[in-house]
Amino acid sequence: MILPIDLIVLVLVIVSAVAAITVKDLLSASVMLGAYSFLLCLLWTVMGAVDVAFTEATVGAGVSTVFCVSAIFHTTRRTKD
Amino acid sequence: MKILGKITILLCGGLLLFFTSDFPDFGDANSPASTHLSPYFIEHTLEDTAVPNVVTSVLADYRGYDTMFETTVILTAGLACFLLLKIPTKEVKQRYYRHEPTGVTLRIEGDRYPDKSAVFTRIDSTWVPSDMIINFTCRILISFIQIFALYVVAHGHHSPGGGFQGGVLLGASVILFAISGNLRAAIKQFGEKTAALFGAAGVFIYVGTAALCLALGENFLNYSALAPLLGTDRIMARSHGILSVEIGVAVAVMAVMIWIYYNLSSAGKQDEGL
Repeated sequence: MILPIDLIVLVLVIVSAVAAITVKDLLSASVMLGAYSFLLCLLWTVMGAVDVAFTEATVGAGVSTVFCVSAIFHTTRRTKD
Repeated sequence: MKILGKITILLCGGLLLFFTSDFPDFGDANSPASTHLSPYFIEHTLEDTAVPNVVTSVLADYRGYDTMFETTVILTAGLACFLLLKIPTKEVKQRYYRHEPTGVTLRIEGDRYPDKSAVFTRIDSTWVPSDMIINFTCRILISFIQIFALYVVAHGHHSPGGGFQGGVLLGASVILFAISGNLRAAIKQFGEKTAALFGAAGVFIYVGTAALCLALGENFLNYSALAPLLGTDRIMARSHGILSVEIGVAVAVMAVMIWIYYNLSSAGKQDEGL
């Protein structure tokens, strides 16, 4: 485990997680969630859990983001904020 | 109420953070997890199952019963999406067609659609022009994704990967086809019935392999029993048993991912969608 890489990725994970729940737009929130998943995948790779990282990259960052976006595709924007 | 909620969250978060200090450090050799089970798996996996990747052998062999129900859970997720979203709608249908030679878009109501016409092409109500570059790039990418997915499934014994990851990649290739073209073309290639059947078939492959071991007179999920059928020794039979189970997982996961996508992206109508 390389400490500087670990710290940078950890900070980015927290930033993207906070961004995902604070952002108003649903589409940007789901994209932020995808970024969060991908950064978490990097973190697991650094920790040596490659199988888990692979699963996170395919399921978390890949397919679940697509599911979120395809569900958001059916929503409408009511407010202008 | 809002303040009460924040106080609760802060209290729970603080307690969680406080008690993480009691956890063993990362990579601590003296923690209970690394003193009892992990050494056994690390030392005996190769001689027990002939699989170099410890994670795969733990997932599909030592903890095979667990993974069997994980696959069932995924099938249940697909079924739940289907049962929640797929509602037969009786509303007045309207479809949009584009007259190719003139580029005029027509809205047609009722059921007299020019379905097999050479000049009219069906377009979605939220239609975005299909881009040739995106279409072409995705077509090329899909074949590579599928080959990589098959490699991930087949090579899960030796490298990171296995049934779940390979299955998701196979599903993602079909989803990419649906996104780059349109949903109807994807459903024509890989229909919903096919997806449901494949999902059930994947679980059946897993349970069937396990039940075959039972039928051959050994424990449920003890792949060593397959040795006479495969013509190998009892240790290699476990490796091959893991492969057959992984194929079952991959088939189930692939089908369920596609199935969920069809229902989610078209809100259950499976007609127009992302």
